[in-house]
Amino acid sequence: MSAYSLTHLKLLEAESIHIIREVAAEFSKPVMLYSVGKDSSVMTHLAIKAFYPDKPPFPFLHVDTTWKFAEMIEFRENYARGELGLDLMVHINHEGKALNIDPAENSDKHTEVMKTDALKQALTEHGFDAAFGGARRDEEKSRAKERVFSFRDKFHRWDPKSQRPELWNLYNAKVNAGESIRVFPLSNWTELDVWQYIHLEGIPIVPLYFADYRPVVERNGTLIMKDDDRLELHPGEKLESRQVRFRTLGCYPLTGAVESDATTLPQIIQEMLLAKTSERQGRVIDRDAGGAGMEEKKKQGYF
Amino acid sequence: MSHQSDLIATDIDAYLAQHEQKELLRFITCGSVDDGKSTLIGRLLYDSKMLYEDQLAQLEDESKTHGTTGGGFDPALVTDGLKAEREQGITIDVAYRYFSTAKRKFIIADTPGHEEYTRNMATGASTADLAVILIDARQGVLTQTKRHSFIVSLLGIRHVVVTINKMDLVDFSQARYDEICADYRDFAARLDLPDLHFIPISALNGDNVVDPSPQMDWYRGSTLMNFLETVYIGSDRNFEDFRFPVQYVNRPNLDFRGFCGTIASGIIRQGDEVMVLPSRKTSRVKSIVTFDSEVAEAFTPQSVTLTFEDEIDCSRGDMIVRPGNVPKVSNDFDAMLVWMSPEAMVPGKTYLFKQTTQTAPGQIESLRYRVDVNSLHRSPAPDLQLNEIGRCTITLSQPIFYDAYRRNRSSGAFIVVDRISNVTVAAGMITAREADKSSKLAPWEVDERGTSQTTRDVRVVTDEERESRLGQSPATVLLTGLSGSGKTTIARGVERALFDAGRTAIVLDGEDLRRGLSRDLGFADDDRSENLRRCAQMARLLNENGFICLASLIAPDAGVRAKAQDLLGDDRFLTVYCQASLDECQARDPRGHYAQAVEGKLPSLPGAGGKYDEPEAPDLTLRTDQQSVDECVDLVVALLRDRKLIR
Repeated sequence: MSAYSLTHLKLLEAESIHIIREVAAEFSKPVMLYSVGKDSSVMTHLAIKAFYPDKPPFPFLHVDTTWKFAEMIEFRENYARGELGLDLMVHINHEGKALNIDPAENSDKHTEVMKTDALKQALTEHGFDAAFGGARRDEEKSRAKERVFSFRDKFHRWDPKSQRPELWNLYNAKVNAGESIRVFPLSNWTELDVWQYIHLEGIPIVPLYFADYRPVVERNGTLIMKDDDRLELHPGEKLESRQVRFRTLGCYPLTGAVESDATTLPQIIQEMLLAKTSERQGRVIDRDAGGAGMEEKKKQGYF
Repeated sequence: MSHQSDLIATDIDAYLAQHEQKELLRFITCGSVDDGKSTLIGRLLYDSKMLYEDQLAQLEDESKTHGTTGGGFDPALVTDGLKAEREQGITIDVAYRYFSTAKRKFIIADTPGHEEYTRNMATGASTADLAVILIDARQGVLTQTKRHSFIVSLLGIRHVVVTINKMDLVDFSQARYDEICADYRDFAARLDLPDLHFIPISALNGDNVVDPSPQMDWYRGSTLMNFLETVYIGSDRNFEDFRFPVQYVNRPNLDFRGFCGTIASGIIRQGDEVMVLPSRKTSRVKSIVTFDSEVAEAFTPQSVTLTFEDEIDCSRGDMIVRPGNVPKVSNDFDAMLVWMSPEAMVPGKTYLFKQTTQTAPGQIESLRYRVDVNSLHRSPAPDLQLNEIGRCTITLSQPIFYDAYRRNRSSGAFIVVDRISNVTVAAGMITAREADKSSKLAPWEVDERGTSQTTRDVRVVTDEERESRLGQSPATVLLTGLSGSGKTTIARGVERALFDAGRTAIVLDGEDLRRGLSRDLGFADDDRSENLRRCAQMARLLNENGFICLASLIAPDAGVRAKAQDLLGDDRFLTVYCQASLDECQARDPRGHYAQAVEGKLPSLPGAGGKYDEPEAPDLTLRTDQQSVDECVDLVVALLRDRKLIR
């Protein structure tokens, strides 16, 4: 490589910073969604880089479904709010919570009410005209066609048939009142890029990504961690302590663990590279409604 | 996702160190479902082990329901994203795919080949370093191949790999491959494709995709993957002209004022003198700030923050440059527009134009011409419809800072946004302007702004008035053929016949031109091209003034003749091929050219040492070694009458 060329990670970083700054400059009320996962950690890190020495000029929002792993909440409070000093808001759909939907029993309904509806509520309530999300195009097939600036109508709906053309790095930020844009600064990153960047930059992540002995139960071929007393064992199920880690983080009853002895970042990356199943495989929601599960959820306003 | 590297299992730290140094290559794939484009992408992902087992299992399931390979594994399904599209069996939008090898990370912009989706291709091409154009070996160069190549050239992609696919279906025939390559080169001579390569492949079976094909030992070049891993793109970026569009002003406290942005082109160092546009105030770079550290030097496309020695006004939309190298500052310019909205362009309507970090309202003043993406011909048109491309004059309510797109993709590109619907309706590429015409215009490129506008402004007699006075519609007849084939004799004969009929024709003879206008030119290929260009320019002026032109030149190169045709316009250009055997021409040798060729004074004389491309579809072929001069003259006059050019 010549003196004036950048590695792929540096190129991705420069592109993401460009996107984040563009949103801060063009929108009147942007917000960065913060899910506590590794992609959020990278996106937050990039936002901090983009505005250094100032702080990011927008708030962060965590949509808390109330079923997240306890360690995620701990990490959010200690690291994101505490150490980074982010302007962090937490939104819970309280009406939804009153319905007491058990994600273990009704994952679809739970996701719709506590995640999709909750997100829409928060966006509408605060009048955010742009919301950053950490989704990547390599995650899932319907995401491959998603724009970096993805237009949502008043009802937060995504219409895959009428997306705005997106050329060069010229992003169209024009919306009418009530409409909004979801912005995906990590669009061009792959799972490997994210891990490599975390490794290179020394970005802190939730310890759940590293292998440890955790109480799990095997249910429909998936290892579910008993994170608190709300998870009830079915007849015949038994709790065991196994060395496991998580490749993605979400609501604990819906997030499958993988058996692993990877306790360092290089070991995690090694395991990922040698793995034979994709990252989202641990997620129950992608498999709903046949192959097009995610696409349907996105049309309704899911991120 | 098992990358093929033993290091992963044996020494993950070494593997990571190696992969941190990877470069990024973005490319676009152009072709239709029928060319096997999706199959090729599926093959690249599959062979580079970028598919997981669960994805593969899902695909195998889907191959049974939606596949086109009779239930077998269909690599094409890897890339078909959305449900509705899968059901229709087509891909309808731009999708991005990712894979990496030990050498590079790749981003594929996967765009459909269907006619109605020019806009998607332009979208995918806008960020690509390289284009892979697929041709079905059974079909050869099709209209859509030409369309794709034109868009690739228009969007300024420098590297093109033409993959001739489905070689298995033509028995891996080298002759067929060579024929397609030659056809493609012929047509591509009219485009700006500086780095062109060809690879014969079979995507379905994997021949020459990742591994060399045992079926085609006659092919000694790279496999597609090897080519993608090694093609040099380091010099593609513009490192000469420093352009820094200010994106955001960072002001955490009274002591710090930083200008954030992405370096659009060029290099900047601490201490450099800079100028801010539009104020033209100057200062020096005090520091180049990044989160990691202050740096002494930064270059495109890094995203950095600059601080100045002096407090000068600077805000979003301004551009920081060097005082000795400033872009054009103007509120009107010419651009090629790709129209992307179902609502047609309305000249004179106010749209928003976003270029770098500036957004300004403005109008499309006029459409100079529309380009037919299939034939590349230019024609006048009232507007642009969805997926149409044309050259426009644009006037904004405030000046912007720009360079020609050919020189600088970052500062020469813009999008057009509808003010009411907020939808992106067009993409534009600014064309070179008068100020830098000499350096930026290729010889055959036309600066319409300079020529037509001047003539149009001073034109007091209309075309209709001329046509009715002269009894003719202007046109240029190119008489092409070997030296000694009788071109000039026939041209003079036609001139006489038209004169006698009360019409006005002017003969432009290549040899005459060489005595005056082209006195500085020799006989090399470039000189012949330039001679024809001058002749065509002159014919154009004559045509614009109502006259018929009879141009008599050898004009041996098909590509150059096509350029002349482009310049003059399809409706005004006729090719007459004066065909005679080389023996006959040599025997005639009216100008002693062949004798000189024998003496070695004219080594590249077409037909005798140099090549002559016979016209493929001339408007008329004259067998001048069999037909008399009068017969030939009558045929040309009849042709003019047929085409309703003379009454």
